[in-house]
Amino acid sequence: MIQEKIAKANEEAIERVLNAQPTLLAIGKAEKDIPGMTKKTVLHAGPPITWENMSGPLKGAVIGGLIYEGLARDEKEAVELAKSGEIIFDSCHHHSAVGPMAGVVTASMPVWVLENKTFGNKSYCTLNEGLGKVLRYGAYSQEVIDRLKWMENVLAPVLKVALELSGPIDLKTMIAQVVQMGDEGHNRNKAGTSLLIRELAPYIVKTQFTLDEKSEVLKFMHSNDHFFLNLTMPACKCTMDPAGGIKYSTLVYTMARNGTEFGIRVSGLGDRWFTAPAEIIDGLYFPGYTTKDANPDIGDSCITETTGIGGFAMAAAIPIVQFVGGTPKDALNYTTQMYEITLSENNAYKVPALNFRGTPTGIDIQKVLETGILPIINTGIAHKNPGVGQVGAGLVHPPQKCFEDALEAFVEDIEKTN
Amino acid sequence: MNKINDLFNEELKVINIGLESFYKDLKDQDIKTIHVKWRPTAGGNKKIASLLSKLK
Repeated sequence: MIQEKIAKANEEAIERVLNAQPTLLAIGKAEKDIPGMTKKTVLHAGPPITWENMSGPLKGAVIGGLIYEGLARDEKEAVELAKSGEIIFDSCHHHSAVGPMAGVVTASMPVWVLENKTFGNKSYCTLNEGLGKVLRYGAYSQEVIDRLKWMENVLAPVLKVALELSGPIDLKTMIAQVVQMGDEGHNRNKAGTSLLIRELAPYIVKTQFTLDEKSEVLKFMHSNDHFFLNLTMPACKCTMDPAGGIKYSTLVYTMARNGTEFGIRVSGLGDRWFTAPAEIIDGLYFPGYTTKDANPDIGDSCITETTGIGGFAMAAAIPIVQFVGGTPKDALNYTTQMYEITLSENNAYKVPALNFRGTPTGIDIQKVLETGILPIINTGIAHKNPGVGQVGAGLVHPPQKCFEDALEAFVEDIEKTN
Repeated sequence: MNKINDLFNEELKVINIGLESFYKDLKDQDIKTIHVKWRPTAGGNKKIASLLSKLK
């Protein structure tokens, strides 16, 4: 009886995931567009966390965010303000948003605004800053703040007008294409960034900004292969949100990390987080760095794996093994193994090397625990100290405890109601 | 008994479930063998297996 209820609920949940139509609508501003955002709210990646428990890169990004907002003049003032209790820290996921690495969002930041056209829910994400010293890895020097200001004052306004001229962009179709062009939408976004430029360039040139400004915007997008990541992530976020809150469903609709803890949310258990200490990533380190330098796993970007791309689509992005480690055969194996723990195969995201089989989609906590196979995530590695930046990339799993605790809560809920 | 003895007089083709070392030993002796990756439910964790059984 309960098995039938779970099967029916999971069928409903996965249908919502497969029927989603993530669409890019516009460029907005965090304070104006993100629900519940205020001048003194700082959103971050992963499950909720207090200032005291934040890791180095998250603390660094908060410091940078407060300086960028003009709420603090320097690091000392920012730390005092963060400790004071005046700042509301909250998870991006509680505000229909997602953020890569530290995932810090503050009031003035420009954001992509997306809508899942099937269900009408929105999602938000900041614009990707590029590589090197950047806020999402906890850097907050003047060059970081200057770049964020340029993004607010030049990049976002140009893209905003270009999008108004182009109209909404269907991201489901675009992600389906990039998965067939060697991207997996998490650690490889070269094809996605290129397609986005192709889509927007004709409208960017039609805007009234100066030639220099338009050229700078195109160069900035071109110089950063991860520019499209900040669109795959909210596309996945607005895809997964309608699959949450379905009674009896064992589907995982959120996986996220704040640099200290990894958290998951399960559809039938509503908004509750199940957390455990985040793991250190097994990967390839940039010259001069080792695992001793690494911060534990951080960022909302594993919303891509939750939706059936990222590590789950590694077979579509075989060159990525040069970046995260392993062999082409490993990439095929990772994707193949994920079919063991998922509810369905994706109807849009298909892998050429697997005879165009749909990517494994919709993690089921029952299958994870029955098989002992944990979701595979490929991700960037942040230095444990604020301000240093990315030190490598690799593969990581969520802690099994998150799934065990969720299962225990799920059974308790069922025993209470039956 | 005779039938079992007959079996060992034929070419052995082995499907191994369980400890992988049995598979490796046979492989080293050029016996045709495949290994099935099998684990007990929840890797043998009784508490988790019991919780999972409540959902069946």
